[in-house]
Amino acid sequence: MNVAIRVENLSKKYVLRHQLAGRSRYVALRDVLTHKAASLFSRKPESSGKREDFWALKDVSFEIKEGDAIGIIGRNGAGKSTLLKLLSRITVPTTGRIEIEGRIASLLEVGTGFHPELTGRENIYLNGAILGMQRAEIKKRFDEIVAFAEVEKFLDTPVKHFSSGMYMRLAFAVAAHLESEILIVDEVLAVGDAAFQKKCLGKMRDVGQSGRTVLFVSHNMEALVRICPRCIYLVKGRMEMMDETRHVIAEYSANFKHAAGEIDLSTLPRRFEGNGNARMLRLRSLQEGENAGSWCYEYGAPLGFAVEFEVHRPIEEPIIGYSFFSTTGMELVSTTTLQERPLDRLAPGRYQLRMIIPDSSLNPGTYMLALGIATLGRSVDHILDATQIEIVPNKLSVQKGIDKIWAPVTPHTVFELIGP
Amino acid sequence: MSLIVIEAGKTERGYWTDLWRYRELFFFLSWRDILVRYKQTVIGVLWAVIRPILTMIALTFVFGKLAGVHSDGLPFAVMVLAGTLPWQFFASSMTEASNSLITNANMLSKIYFPRLIIPASSVIVSFMDFLVSLAIMAVLMAWYRVLPGWQLLTLPLFTLLGLFASVGISLWLAALNVKYRDFRYVLPFVVQFGVFFTPVGFPSEVVRQKYGETASHLFSLNPMVGVINGFRWAIGGRVGVPMDWSSVLISVLVVAVITVSGLRYFRATEETFADII
Repeated sequence: MNVAIRVENLSKKYVLRHQLAGRSRYVALRDVLTHKAASLFSRKPESSGKREDFWALKDVSFEIKEGDAIGIIGRNGAGKSTLLKLLSRITVPTTGRIEIEGRIASLLEVGTGFHPELTGRENIYLNGAILGMQRAEIKKRFDEIVAFAEVEKFLDTPVKHFSSGMYMRLAFAVAAHLESEILIVDEVLAVGDAAFQKKCLGKMRDVGQSGRTVLFVSHNMEALVRICPRCIYLVKGRMEMMDETRHVIAEYSANFKHAAGEIDLSTLPRRFEGNGNARMLRLRSLQEGENAGSWCYEYGAPLGFAVEFEVHRPIEEPIIGYSFFSTTGMELVSTTTLQERPLDRLAPGRYQLRMIIPDSSLNPGTYMLALGIATLGRSVDHILDATQIEIVPNKLSVQKGIDKIWAPVTPHTVFELIGP
Repeated sequence: MSLIVIEAGKTERGYWTDLWRYRELFFFLSWRDILVRYKQTVIGVLWAVIRPILTMIALTFVFGKLAGVHSDGLPFAVMVLAGTLPWQFFASSMTEASNSLITNANMLSKIYFPRLIIPASSVIVSFMDFLVSLAIMAVLMAWYRVLPGWQLLTLPLFTLLGLFASVGISLWLAALNVKYRDFRYVLPFVVQFGVFFTPVGFPSEVVRQKYGETASHLFSLNPMVGVINGFRWAIGGRVGVPMDWSSVLISVLVVAVITVSGLRYFRATEETFADII
């Protein structure tokens, strides 16, 4: 069989600038000019903050045969998204080479380019064009797309009036009907309701079985097992292994238990660009005992972590909080300092906030931890996937019969029966 | 089937064929922006008409009545409008295009396509406004009984020159704005300032008469000078509007330099857009 994708020694480097307050990735013309002016008068080498190289991907090589469905797993910051971005030509490699045989369609986000003012019909054409479809092709598959999305009645309504479910359905439908030899999908299924997710997974599997090449990134192990026979496992930008999915998942879970508890938050992607008055730097697990420092907690045991952050400019009425998300992207539980212990104004400096949850009620499974700092209704810094945590079953959970409960959370409840 | 090779530092290959392949995206994006523009503003298309009319009235009053500038041959209002239309096209292209990559940041970081399409399609939106507003010109000429001669046939050429000037500048601004995000604070000032160095409310002749030949050539370094001179001549050549061909020549050269260098700068920085935006 032909090779569809060949990757040789692929690396991608990002330059991180550790500068003063409110860091962003772009430079201000003002800074450049003042630096230039300052360097005219000083002999010192120009230091616009510390520069640090960060290899998001390092020496990755693999081959994917035509018609294969390959999953990609790895923790946050392992380079999954970078790999997909390189393969979809959004960004260019620092070194290495990629050969792609066939038309490639990448779906790194559902609904890219959708415009709220345009109607469903207009958005189908626009989104199709953005994804690289020809007008004739969209026309041919138009009815199919509409049927899949179940939005017939609202075709001529601006999508700003759509419910979020309808919006997602329509967006996924367009992408799912792309006629390409290679399909690249990034965690897009982490949206929408359960029924829709099932439908998407079904569609993905059909695509995988129709002889097209599929690359699929997900935290959802169940979906990976169902869609991809083989997986690539990335660790800190390097390819750890490429093997049958169940072997890779086993290795991944094993590594997980021993993973060091400290996470560098400063390089993780931000969900929204906050106002930059503070930035989260590090996250550490406060786990004790056998799994000390890991992100693997026993069912019913207290969950603890500490986040270190730097305040650049004073923050009035700060609110710091966390949420747990399911691997399918549903927000399960959430709380902030506002609910438990309102904080006073934070002066510039470095802080550490310890968060201890005596009884999380989370059932065994995999969850994502999101962290956020906000003030007066504005986001300061917000990370959606700070880390993944694993709640493992133990005697208590077996005794309680937790494995018979489908919901992710089993709240501690006092039942009182009255009667008869 | 097509083989795509991506190699570090070698993305040049196939750029122009890609651009051609993505031509439909270009049409769709232009169409989207035009549609959204006319859907969002309550008065829609009228906006494209009202803005130049109000500017024309104000400039006619200030320069024609208050300052008493003469208008070599054409009725003053027609002369002013012939300067207002190209200038507003140029100015709105600059403003729109310089923000275009930032407004479409989401697309840049999630989808591959030749990035050139974004600023180019944003210029097209301003160009549509310009074409619509040409109707005002026709009405105004009918009102003042200005009958154009064969010179009118050259109007598309000057329009093209204006279009190239807009695209060239837009490429520079769009790319610079991604890298230096405070650039957008400079731009409105440049646009505001530019109107005084462009013969919008007065004929270019005034500059030559007042300050001589050299100053007039320096003045023509502003690419819109040649475009506007051309516009006035195309409309009023028959009724005696003089033509300064040297200004057009200078404009053509300046536009060529801006467009070629803009394209090169854009191409050189393009691949880093997704990383820094």
